[in-house]
Amino acid sequence: MRSQATALRSKDLLGIEQLTPEEISLILDTAEGFREVSERPIKKVPTLRGQLVINLFMEASTRTRVSFEIAEKRLSADTLNFSASGSSVEKGETLIDTAENLMAMQPDMIVIRHKHPGSPKMLADLLPASIINAGDGAHEHPTQALLDAFTIRERLGRLSGVNVSIIGDIAHSRVVRSNIHLLTKMKANVTLASPPTLMPAEIEKMGVRVVHSLDEALEGADVVMMLRIQLERQSKMTFPSLREYFNTFGLTPERLRRANGGAIVMHPGPMNRGVEISSDVADGPCSVILDQVTNGVAVRMAVLYLLAGGHLQES
Amino acid sequence: MKMKKRLLDGARLARTIRRLAIEIVERNKGTENLVITGIRSRGVPIAERIVKHIQEAEGVEVPLGILDITLYRDDLTTVAPQPLVKPSHFPCAIENKTVILIDDVLYTGRTVRAALDALIDYGRPRAIQLAALIDRGHRELPIHADFTGQVIPTDRSEVIKVKLQETDGEDEVLLMEK
Repeated sequence: MRSQATALRSKDLLGIEQLTPEEISLILDTAEGFREVSERPIKKVPTLRGQLVINLFMEASTRTRVSFEIAEKRLSADTLNFSASGSSVEKGETLIDTAENLMAMQPDMIVIRHKHPGSPKMLADLLPASIINAGDGAHEHPTQALLDAFTIRERLGRLSGVNVSIIGDIAHSRVVRSNIHLLTKMKANVTLASPPTLMPAEIEKMGVRVVHSLDEALEGADVVMMLRIQLERQSKMTFPSLREYFNTFGLTPERLRRANGGAIVMHPGPMNRGVEISSDVADGPCSVILDQVTNGVAVRMAVLYLLAGGHLQES
Repeated sequence: MKMKKRLLDGARLARTIRRLAIEIVERNKGTENLVITGIRSRGVPIAERIVKHIQEAEGVEVPLGILDITLYRDDLTTVAPQPLVKPSHFPCAIENKTVILIDDVLYTGRTVRAALDALIDYGRPRAIQLAALIDRGHRELPIHADFTGQVIPTDRSEVIKVKLQETDGEDEVLLMEK
């Protein structure tokens, strides 16, 4: 057994920042056991029977919401989806009131996505249910980083010492923040590359290397993680045009040759083909993008399972 | 926990497992359609040995399944820490097969109850039989073993520790006091 931790310390999963390396290994090891469930003829186990999980998605999401819902259903939990549009939120209800009303219906866990960083933490302090952060603003997206780590470990056999280059819109990405926390805790080497306008100041303090060209980032990389250009989050134009972005930072098969042999290409989705990644790479032999999606279900099952059980007392 | 008594030494343990293997073949009139299935964790090495003994006696390699029952336990939300989930594995479909479940210690019967549920999610076997190395009594469910290595009456305050070469470095069965 690789992990030494046998349980998570907290009732919630708010971010990777609060996790120890042992807890991260525990989640990844547990996810390996869950992957097999999705390959059975009957893809369902009775583990969370009778538990109510509310998926509170106050911001658009397809992949994450669907992935959580499949994970919950495969564990036999009862699920309820609540989104901002068409709900009391549109009538002006505050998040706290919404959450307290949902809590009055006694859910065991709440999966929340919200545009404001810290909203999951606020609910976690307020409510007895387990809160799982499914993305809060540009802060954290812990299950995405966990499924990325699971995919890297599956393909390369380890996390420690692996060279991971993350390229794209660093400034607006919660995925990158969770990934930096996770990868540095697990002793991987992280390199970031983006146009200067999309790189937060002083991000080197998180223990990463910053470069400003794609070729420099690709040199020696074992893992190339492309981030989506978040057109909806750009308040002002941070680069001249999408075509120029593709020419400077878009990943093509020719440029990928600079990476190490056997390097894998990842993308948290949704992809903008022809902006940050060419179709030849996205659909090519190095791409593990769809494996990430498959692994996401196993990782989320592991998180739900570990949070549903008894908890160790925090010392 | 302190040791009260050594119930089986290595030689007796080996003989007991060999006898279970022979009984399984005898009762089923051969090896046709048998799937030997170990319940994690110590049922697995016992099942492997049974497969080996059957191979030696009959010259047939019977398929070996591995069953993890963690996700089917009835006490998950009350136990801390959570048991680690590991994958189950069957080398063939169990549809219409005779599945022999192998466990180290039969006690309350709750593990076997969970194993039956888990097994049925993989298909519909023609029959399921249960072989336990040690039956220590105190059943809480209407479950009994078809093949028993040793029947050892115990007190609830006692614990039976099965040690196997594969998992613990030596073969013996100990009676411990909590």
